[in-house]
Amino acid sequence: MDEFIVGLIAATLRVATPLIFATLGELFCERAGVLNLGIEGTMFLGAFVGFTAASMTGSLWIGLLAAAISGILSGLLMSLLSVRLGVNQHVSGLGITLLLISLSLFSYRIIFGESKIPPSINSFDLLKIFSDNPVLGPIFSQYLLTYIAIAIIPVVWYILFRTTFGLNIRAVGENPEATDAAGINVYKLRTSALMIGGALMAIGGSFITLAQLGSFTFGIIAGRGWVCISLVIFGNWHPIKVLLGALLFGGVSALQLRLQLKGLKLPYEIFLALPYIVTIIALTIAGRNASYPAALLKPYKRE
Amino acid sequence: MLAVEMKGISKHFGLVQANQDVHFCLESGEIHALLGENGAGKTTLMRILYGLYRADEGEIFINGNKMEIHSPKDAIAAGVGMVTQHFTLVPTLTVAENIVLGYTNSLTLSQKLIEQKVQAASERFGVSVNSSALVKHLSLGERQRVEILKALYRNAKILIMDEPTAVLVPQEVDILFESLLRLVKNGLSVIFISHKLNEVMTVCDRVTVLRDGKTVGTVNKNETSREKLAKMMVGRETFLDTQRSSRKTGESVYEVKDLTASGQQVVKALDNISFTINANEILGIAGVSGNGQSELTKVLTGILKPTHGSIKLEGQEISRLSPGDLTEAGLGRTPEDRHEGTIGDLTVAENLALEDLNNYTKNNILDQKKIHEDALKKIDEFQIKASPNDRLRTLSGGNMQKVVFARALSRRPKVVIASQPTRGLDVGATEYVRKRLLEERDRGAAVILISEDLDEIMALSDRIAVLYEGCIKGIVPTSEATAEKIGLLMAGVC
Repeated sequence: MDEFIVGLIAATLRVATPLIFATLGELFCERAGVLNLGIEGTMFLGAFVGFTAASMTGSLWIGLLAAAISGILSGLLMSLLSVRLGVNQHVSGLGITLLLISLSLFSYRIIFGESKIPPSINSFDLLKIFSDNPVLGPIFSQYLLTYIAIAIIPVVWYILFRTTFGLNIRAVGENPEATDAAGINVYKLRTSALMIGGALMAIGGSFITLAQLGSFTFGIIAGRGWVCISLVIFGNWHPIKVLLGALLFGGVSALQLRLQLKGLKLPYEIFLALPYIVTIIALTIAGRNASYPAALLKPYKRE
Repeated sequence: MLAVEMKGISKHFGLVQANQDVHFCLESGEIHALLGENGAGKTTLMRILYGLYRADEGEIFINGNKMEIHSPKDAIAAGVGMVTQHFTLVPTLTVAENIVLGYTNSLTLSQKLIEQKVQAASERFGVSVNSSALVKHLSLGERQRVEILKALYRNAKILIMDEPTAVLVPQEVDILFESLLRLVKNGLSVIFISHKLNEVMTVCDRVTVLRDGKTVGTVNKNETSREKLAKMMVGRETFLDTQRSSRKTGESVYEVKDLTASGQQVVKALDNISFTINANEILGIAGVSGNGQSELTKVLTGILKPTHGSIKLEGQEISRLSPGDLTEAGLGRTPEDRHEGTIGDLTVAENLALEDLNNYTKNNILDQKKIHEDALKKIDEFQIKASPNDRLRTLSGGNMQKVVFARALSRRPKVVIASQPTRGLDVGATEYVRKRLLEERDRGAAVILISEDLDEIMALSDRIAVLYEGCIKGIVPTSEATAEKIGLLMAGVC
């Protein structure tokens, strides 16, 4: 196969990895009836906490774990505001994003100071399968987290559609009154969905520092969280379809990088905008038949 | 033995005292009606028993044991089940998933297994459901059976049913009553919330009446009558039967021909509808909710354009006119949802002027003085309990409906379209609205009454048209109509 295409596929998977994690996280939240706009901030926090913990302890795995915990805490904060106190979900989510990005930047300055060369860590190694094969070799030369991202898609599907917990989540996102009347604690259920969601978002963010870059920069998430929000709609709240969306976005992102290198005489901003334009077009087409969880955005109060 | 005893229950919401020192006893194995008007506190009392509300004061005993019920979970554990008025089902889940929701211990969920279990329970209790169907595809009667089975599946020995017949056609009501009687024979105790005297007298053993949040009394069915219960319920004699005077209807005023329109979900929400109405006549449009009533209201009032067909007012084609032009042409309407026809943040006077702003405009500026003066007149004429400067949303449902009526009727329209005019109103306001519609008819208007309350249709209409799946199944003069006959048409049987 063409080297260009093989490289493109490999890069697509790499770019899609953080999106898959974070989109599945958002999917959990929205299936439970909470639009978590804290996603951008939570990914940012995950990237920062993962990097910092890894550089302090020297262990990438501790970094990953710390990122996941920071995501859980972010989910708890979202739960406190939007589930317990019933604050408008747009407001609380955007507030959390603003808070977490500023907090991460502030802490980064305090911990690492200002330096010309940004501090870096030894990031995760590539895990090579089929390394002898000229086609499969480069495609399956990925970070472990990429393989995990693909592997957890069926896991999320199983949890949502084949476990009692998943049934409860699906029910509470559609009709919290019915779920409450069935004797299930709506607040606890939504909180646990937000905690799982937060952890996945933060792991997605930490992939960029711990695997892809090995360093932390200020524009590190660059709107990926917002892309994930639209991928959830694109995937119609279904984990398997979400993968298609993530691969589409990842594919176009990888393609535009390669097109830039081809030296086409166009302003590079056009290339950068390409994945977002494709996302908007895809969303316009797929979003028409979107069946939103009926209770999305509605805080639940019994009386 | 007493299955349930509720002693001295009080509950308030803000300034409203919903229950005040209420006493209620349910004996084992009886069907006990909880009777009262809208807002009498029946549902509140039962929501307390089911753990959805906490009582401010009072004690609850179940099978003789004092219980603290903090949530539906506690109530379910104590053997109490509730079928609420607005079903608590998740439309996107299957019947089996809805029934086991919150009631499985296993971590994983096998669709096949829960469907088998639910189907088995369905046969054991004699409540038939299709366990693998999606709830959103079920009719309201079927959904109600799912709710009942859900409660029984959780080993409910005490079943609360909140206005269970409100959404059913008469034939489905019969099926419901049969299965309730059978279940009671097998040891179930039932609390039956209702404001319909007929069904209370048909199916219940004892009746407890609530009024204004207080217990009026408990009586045996055998020792009472419809009239006595009605008196207990409202504290005075009421509008029980028709006040229809036999008189001649006038000439044909309004003619609908081959009307077809599409709805949000269905392509043909209305399918070739034809009818005519004469002056001095009320045409009742009956039907189970969701059979095209909303679309019909929208088309007749100019909000939805028909895909086919014509509407003529005194021979003039009006089906393509805008709502404003329809008002000019002599149409008065009250929308299906009164919140849709009014603006809560505007004052009563402004809402009253809304449909007729040309009349209240001088040199492109609103004539506030005239709006205010006319509002005072209408408030007086229509007995609205409000002042012109009150914000509309502070009014009760009944007064809000009177504002809608005042606005529509003060222009003396030739045709009045009243859609669900008494939905959610208390008895007093309902009576007022019905009397007003009869007055409009006597004045010479052609009145279209679209209502899901069959008793209301039977009491007011001169002729009854039945809407089923967007078609008119038949038009029957009220003198020849019986509940059974209309019920069959409503179910689409003939």
